[in-house]
Amino acid sequence: MAQLAAVVGVGQTKYKTKRKDVSIAGMVREAAVGALEDAGLTWKDIDAVIIGKAPDMFEGVIMPELYLTDALGCNGKPMLRVHTAGSVGGSTAIVAASYVQSGVFKRILTVSFEKQSESNAMWALSNPQPFSPHLNAGAGGYFAPIIREYMRRSNAPYDAGIKVAVKDRLHGAKNPLAHLQLPEISMKEVEDSPMLWEPLRFLEACPSSDGACAMIIANEELATKSPRKPAWIRGAAMRSEPTMYAGREQVNPQAGIDCAKDVYAQAGIHNPRKDLDCAEIYVPFSWYEPMWLENLGFADVGKGWELTMSGATSLTEGGDIPWNPSGGVLCSNPIGASGMIRFAEAAQQVRGEAGAHQVDGAKTAMGHAYGGGAQFYSMWVVSSEKA
Amino acid sequence: MRDVAIVAFAQSNCQRDAGAQNEVELIMPVLSEVFKQTGIKSAQDVDFTCSGSCDYQQGAAFAFVAGVDALGAVPPIKESHVEMDAAWALYEAWLKIQMGHAESALLYGFGKSSPGELPIVLSQQLDPYYLAPLWVDTIAFAAMQARTMLDSGEITEADMAEVVARSRNNALANPHAQLKGDQTAADLLKEATYVSPLRLHDCCPISDGACAMIICTIEKAEEWGKPYAIIKGIDHRIETHHIGSRDLSRSVSTEIAGEAVGVKNGKVDVAELYAPFSHQEIILKKALGLGDDTVINPSGGVLAGNVMMASGLSRIGEVAMRIIRGEATRGVAHATSGPCLQQNLVTVLEAK
Repeated sequence: MAQLAAVVGVGQTKYKTKRKDVSIAGMVREAAVGALEDAGLTWKDIDAVIIGKAPDMFEGVIMPELYLTDALGCNGKPMLRVHTAGSVGGSTAIVAASYVQSGVFKRILTVSFEKQSESNAMWALSNPQPFSPHLNAGAGGYFAPIIREYMRRSNAPYDAGIKVAVKDRLHGAKNPLAHLQLPEISMKEVEDSPMLWEPLRFLEACPSSDGACAMIIANEELATKSPRKPAWIRGAAMRSEPTMYAGREQVNPQAGIDCAKDVYAQAGIHNPRKDLDCAEIYVPFSWYEPMWLENLGFADVGKGWELTMSGATSLTEGGDIPWNPSGGVLCSNPIGASGMIRFAEAAQQVRGEAGAHQVDGAKTAMGHAYGGGAQFYSMWVVSSEKA
Repeated sequence: MRDVAIVAFAQSNCQRDAGAQNEVELIMPVLSEVFKQTGIKSAQDVDFTCSGSCDYQQGAAFAFVAGVDALGAVPPIKESHVEMDAAWALYEAWLKIQMGHAESALLYGFGKSSPGELPIVLSQQLDPYYLAPLWVDTIAFAAMQARTMLDSGEITEADMAEVVARSRNNALANPHAQLKGDQTAADLLKEATYVSPLRLHDCCPISDGACAMIICTIEKAEEWGKPYAIIKGIDHRIETHHIGSRDLSRSVSTEIAGEAVGVKNGKVDVAELYAPFSHQEIILKKALGLGDDTVINPSGGVLAGNVMMASGLSRIGEVAMRIIRGEATRGVAHATSGPCLQQNLVTVLEAK
C-alpha cells in the first residue's frame, strides 16, 4: 500500500523575463536551497533528486539534469528526469512523491525549471516535426480555435476571458514572486491590448518567464517532525490521450475529466467547489479558467463562465473557491516549472505559508497542470490533515 | 520491496537508418509483440505506461507525443515519460507497483538517431557554459577515458579488442544485431585508429529502433499464466558531471548501485552491460565485481547495436528472456547515460 507522504519544504525563485544574474545551475540551486531552508534540512538529508522540465530545446541543453547533478548535491544519489510536456511540473511532483509513497525512499528533493530566455519557446514549440504538417502556430495559435468553439457552445459573454486576465493579475500583485506585477490592471486595459490570436488578447496570455520551483517530500515519520506544517498528499493522478483522433472532444477533454475523477476519489472529494478551499489550476490563456471549471467539475458544462463572472474564483472579491491566488500561469510561466508551481502553491495554502495571497483557513487544495494539445494531465490534492 | 515480474519483452532490429519510418512505425511492432506475449490487447489492459526517449535524436521537440499515438490511448490512459533511457521508465513503473498504484505496466523506449550526427549532437548534453561550446563529442570523451586506462597500464589495446571480438561473435546468434562477425582480436587490432586510441570497432554503432516490456506483480503474472523473470532489486545513481573530478577508470555510481541491489549476494550467470565503448565494459565488470564465470553480453551488447533510449531497457529484457528460457537463474542488467558512464542503473533478475 502507498505510504503517507507530505510536502515539508517549498522553494521558489522570483519569476522574471530574464534571470541574467544566474546560470541554469544557479537558478535551480536557488529554488532547491530555498526548499531545504524551509524544511530545516541540508543536502545530506536528501535521498534522491527528481527533476522535470519541458522540451530540452527551450534551453538548447540535452538532458540538463546530467550537468545539474553537482548543483543539486546529487553526486552518488539517484537522479530521475521527467518530461511530459506542459504538465511536466505536476508529473514530476507526482513521480517524486512515488519515491516516498513506495517506501523506497524517506525524503527526496524535486525541482522543475525553465530558463526560457536561453532560447525561444515559440520556435522550440513550432519547429517542424518530421513527417507531420508544420503548424507554426505556437501554443496560443493552437488553443485559440478551441476557445472559440467553447464560446460558441456556451454563449459566454465576450469579456469572460478579460475578467480572468484581470482577476489573476490582481492575485499576482499579492505575490512578490510573480513575474507580472500589474496592481492597477483594468478590464478596459485588457480589452484594449493587441489581439494576438482571436479571441486572445496580449494581456489574456501568459508571459515567458525564467524560474525554478522546488519541493521536499518526506514520509510520515519525518514529515511529522518537520519544523513547519506539512501538506499531506491526499491524492495524485495522471492521464494522457493522443493529440488528435477522430471525434476527439478538444474543448472538454476526456483525459482531464478522468484524471479529476481519479484524484477526487483518492482524496474523498465529492463536490470540488465545496470540498476544496482553493485551487491552483494551469490557466496559460484566460479562457481556460471557465473551460477547466467545467472539465474539473466545479461547474456544469456550459456554466463555467458564470462562476468566473460572479467572482466566485476571485480572492480579492471574496469568492468561495479562489482559483490561482498566486496569480497563476497568467502571471508567471517558466513552462517546465509552471505545473510544479501550481502543486507547490496548493501545498503552501494548506500549510498556511502563502503570505499575502493566503486563502483564510485553507485546509484542502488542488494543484493541476496540463500539456501538449491539452492531452496530458497531472493533478494532486493536498491537505493540512492526514486523512 | 516486493518482487516484480517481467512477463514480456520485444525489440526491433537495430538498423543504421530506419529511413522514412516515423516513431509510431518504430514503436507499434514491439508493442504488438509484447501484447501478444502477455495475451492482452492494448495499453488499456495494463495499469500504467511509461516511455523513454530524447527529442534531440530526431531533432524535434516532443518526440514522445508521437509515441503516444502508437499506444491508441483512447480511452485515456495513465501515462508518463522520462527524457532518459527507458530503463528509468521501468524504474518509475517499478515504484508505482511498489506503492500499490499499479499491478502492471507497459514500458517502451525508442530512438531515431539517424537524422543527425549523433556524437556531435550529444556534445550538447554537456555543461552549456563551459563544455558544450567546445563541441567535445562523445567519442572524444570516451577516447580520453580509454587513454587514461591504457596509460596507467590497467588495460591494453588487446583487452579492448577482445571485448569487441566477443561481442561481434556473440551477435552472430542475435537476429536484431547490426554488427556481427567472427573476427579475432588479432584481426581487429590490425585496423587503424579512429579517434586515438579508439578504433572504429571500439565504438558502438548508431542505430534506429525501439523496444517494449511488460512488468507486473507476481500475482498478476500468475493470473496471466505467463512465464516470468523476477526483478529482485533495482537502483540507479549519478555522479559528478565534471570529468576532471572523476577517476575515469572507475564507475563509482555503478559500484554504489551494484552494492545497493546486492549483485555480489549470489552467483551471476549472465550480465548485460550497457558499454558503448569497449573499454567501458572492463570498467563496468570491475565496478560490479563480476568474475570470469559470468557470461557478459551474450547478445553482443551495444557494440553490436545501440538504439539510444532503448538500449538500457533492452539489456534488462535480454537478461529476463534468458532467465525465462531457462538459460540462466540469476542475472544482472545495467543501463547508462551521460558522458563516460556518468549515470548508471543496475538491476538483479532471478528465475522464479
